[in-house]
Amino acid sequence: MKVFELVRNRAGFSWLLLVAATILSWALGAEHGTGSLVAVVVLAIAALKVRLVGLDFMELRHAPIALRAVFEFYCLAVWAVLSGLYLWL
Amino acid sequence: MTAPTVRRVPGESGTWVFLFGDMVVFGVFFVTFLVERAKAPEVFDVARRTLHIGVGVTNTLVLLTSSLCVVIAMGAIRSGLKSIATKALYAAIGCGLLFIGLKVFEYVALGSAGHGPGANNFYLYYFILTGLHLLHVCIGLAVLGLLVTQSRRDELSETRMALVEGGACFWHLVDLLWIFLFALLYLVS
Repeated sequence: MKVFELVRNRAGFSWLLLVAATILSWALGAEHGTGSLVAVVVLAIAALKVRLVGLDFMELRHAPIALRAVFEFYCLAVWAVLSGLYLWL
Repeated sequence: MTAPTVRRVPGESGTWVFLFGDMVVFGVFFVTFLVERAKAPEVFDVARRTLHIGVGVTNTLVLLTSSLCVVIAMGAIRSGLKSIATKALYAAIGCGLLFIGLKVFEYVALGSAGHGPGANNFYLYYFILTGLHLLHVCIGLAVLGLLVTQSRRDELSETRMALVEGGACFWHLVDLLWIFLFALLYLVS
């Protein structure tokens, strides 16, 4: 079927990874105390998921380097800032 | 030897100024939320556990699936498969409506349990952040409606194609923002 041909690509594989990562972060993050390093891991999984959405759904993987770099920097910066605030505030 | 990949901007360049602007604004909201959390981490942790995590996970999967439908639609439009493109966009719209339905269910459940926006700062931020995101979902649904009309055309000019790509990216932005919100509100706080 033609629909399956349209998902048998990198974006389709990314969707599978995104679903798996969602389940993983749920399993890891639902029960943890405050100040736990688990939160940093959960935020990292979220940032990696956002990166996949950008690269494979928004088609930034083949965008000009500058545009892709700004996006990847955003993912990294959000993870670093939120993790820092969580641990040190 | 394989041909080098041609790098191109998806949609109009101006669209990306808007998308990044929105991402930065939400980034500031995330920071504000964690600063507020630091003042009463135990209160936030107790409040977090009253959220319906199953609904949060389901909504994440619903938005991810809607994004995949939009990816399918874009591929179909480029291949001239109009019928598949339109159906995939309707499926994405269906997912968006399901997201709204589940969110309303959550709001009502929280409100009736006495966890309205006035209960404490966690709930205040929860309603503001998810409310702003819900507004994006509604705008996104209108954008997807516009994309349906374009998917029925026999051929799209370069300008129209850029408009369609920009619209698709806006829907993915809705998905992207929710990924961070889900982690922050349901898992981290």
